[in-house]
Amino acid sequence: MSVIALLSIFVLAVFVGFEVVSKVSTTLHTPLMSGANAIHGVILVGAIIVAGHSDSAFPLTLSLIAVVLATINMVGGFVVTDRMLEMFKGNKKPAAKEAK
Amino acid sequence: MNNNLYSLIGLIAAVCFILALKGLSSPKGARRGNIIGAIGATIATVVVFFYNDPAEGGLKNLPLILIAIVVGVIVGVPAARKVQMTAMPQLVALFNGVGGGAAALVAIVEYLHLGDQASGGEVGATVFTVLVGCISFTGSILTFLKLQELMTTRPVVFPGGRAVIALVLLAVLGAAGWVGVDKGSTSLLVLTVLSLAFGILFVLPVGGADVPIVISLLNAFTGLTVAATGYVLDSTLLLVAGTLVGASGTILTRLMASAMGRPILGILFGAFTATPQAALSAADARPVKSGSPDDVAILLAYARRVVIVPGFGLAVAQAQHTVRELADLLTAKGVEVAYGIHPVAGRMPGHMNVLLAEANVPYEQLKEMEEVNPTFSQTDVALVVGANDVVNPAAKTTPGCPIYGMPILDVDQATNVIFLKRSMRPGFAGIENELLYDPRTTLLFGDAKDSLTKVVSALKVF
Repeated sequence: MSVIALLSIFVLAVFVGFEVVSKVSTTLHTPLMSGANAIHGVILVGAIIVAGHSDSAFPLTLSLIAVVLATINMVGGFVVTDRMLEMFKGNKKPAAKEAK
Repeated sequence: MNNNLYSLIGLIAAVCFILALKGLSSPKGARRGNIIGAIGATIATVVVFFYNDPAEGGLKNLPLILIAIVVGVIVGVPAARKVQMTAMPQLVALFNGVGGGAAALVAIVEYLHLGDQASGGEVGATVFTVLVGCISFTGSILTFLKLQELMTTRPVVFPGGRAVIALVLLAVLGAAGWVGVDKGSTSLLVLTVLSLAFGILFVLPVGGADVPIVISLLNAFTGLTVAATGYVLDSTLLLVAGTLVGASGTILTRLMASAMGRPILGILFGAFTATPQAALSAADARPVKSGSPDDVAILLAYARRVVIVPGFGLAVAQAQHTVRELADLLTAKGVEVAYGIHPVAGRMPGHMNVLLAEANVPYEQLKEMEEVNPTFSQTDVALVVGANDVVNPAAKTTPGCPIYGMPILDVDQATNVIFLKRSMRPGFAGIENELLYDPRTTLLFGDAKDSLTKVVSALKVF
């Protein structure tokens, strides 16, 4: 892909990111941080690609370590975020619903 | 699988990530959003196995890669399941660090793979990823050690520290330039080692109270390295995902800094300029009004409106459930109860909300600082549990003290203030709190959980 195309995607993603994240309620800043953390675990895709294209032992070892680290980041991140968000159930009393 | 289909699925995964962040705009849709994000990540991971790069062919070493993924799952999932909510900042720091490390490793391998064929842009992106990824890796590990209290939480400052850091930074930039010119592996090794060292030096002087800002900054760093890797590997998905994280980390860092009333650079480099605080021990002799659990219960029972201000001390004592019991009891007596949450209460942004949600406090009762501050003048009792710095009026009245300029919860406006504290020891920032000596203040010493339990049983007698 051309540099200009990638640059365009980057700039647009910056705006989408700022737009979406600035609407996140302060109550959820911790899950936001761990959720965003999990999202950058997608580096796993990159780690798999470089591991799959390695021909010799040294780069293969490095990239397999990267696969392990990225998996911890991604899977652990989503699991822990889910655990936190599960707790934000809010007031389940029917009276509270009517009040709104 | 052909290129178009592969890119299209990558786009779907990127949209899932955007929806995951969008879901967090309200607690209702948040969990579903996170699951959508996880599905996106899973799709992206599965699809890459079926992709044939036109230049490279299909993936080799599949069994080893699958084993590595299984190892990662075995390490990551139990850690995520078992972690205490109080230890969340450490875990996030650790996950962030390994992500940064992974990005740096991917960049190194791809750089060695490309060799002389690397374009100027690719070398530039590799240098950036290795540099920032390594800083994020060692910086996050050190943050983890500080938060886990495996090392001192105080800023570590050594003589000439500033000069050493400046020199290492110059050396890092020099090595980066060297890699750009020479495109060799020795220069890259030097860059890696120097960047790892800089990550350590960069976090060492940061004090415990400022660590949350560092976590969120390093999170943004790791995001940007993933974006740069996306450029090198020609992957739109990595580019978009990394950029989203970079944006969210940047926003959070800015919000945190403004919640502490300090510029970001001031926090990162504050330790270099900080002068040791004058001894405040003379103040210890002054009288304070301490009360019994019964006194506290009476104050609370005859109040019309109570605002509970929780701090990290509450979480350390695991008193979240007891405080909710107290709040329920008061509500049943017709007292209006709200929780006033300072943005930096706890040890990462929004940490206190998670801790209270764990104790089934409905999130509707959690009030942000801007929302609760105007109501303190109509509040009969402000109950401060294990917090100190975030209610310290010195932030407004004493120019030159370390927290001066930090927005605080105005509990001094309430008719009565009750502090539940373990001792007269000052808070994380190490500053004396004048409010403790105010005649309207009642202190109840002891472990927050014990004290609250006693107050609850005293209340039940009424």
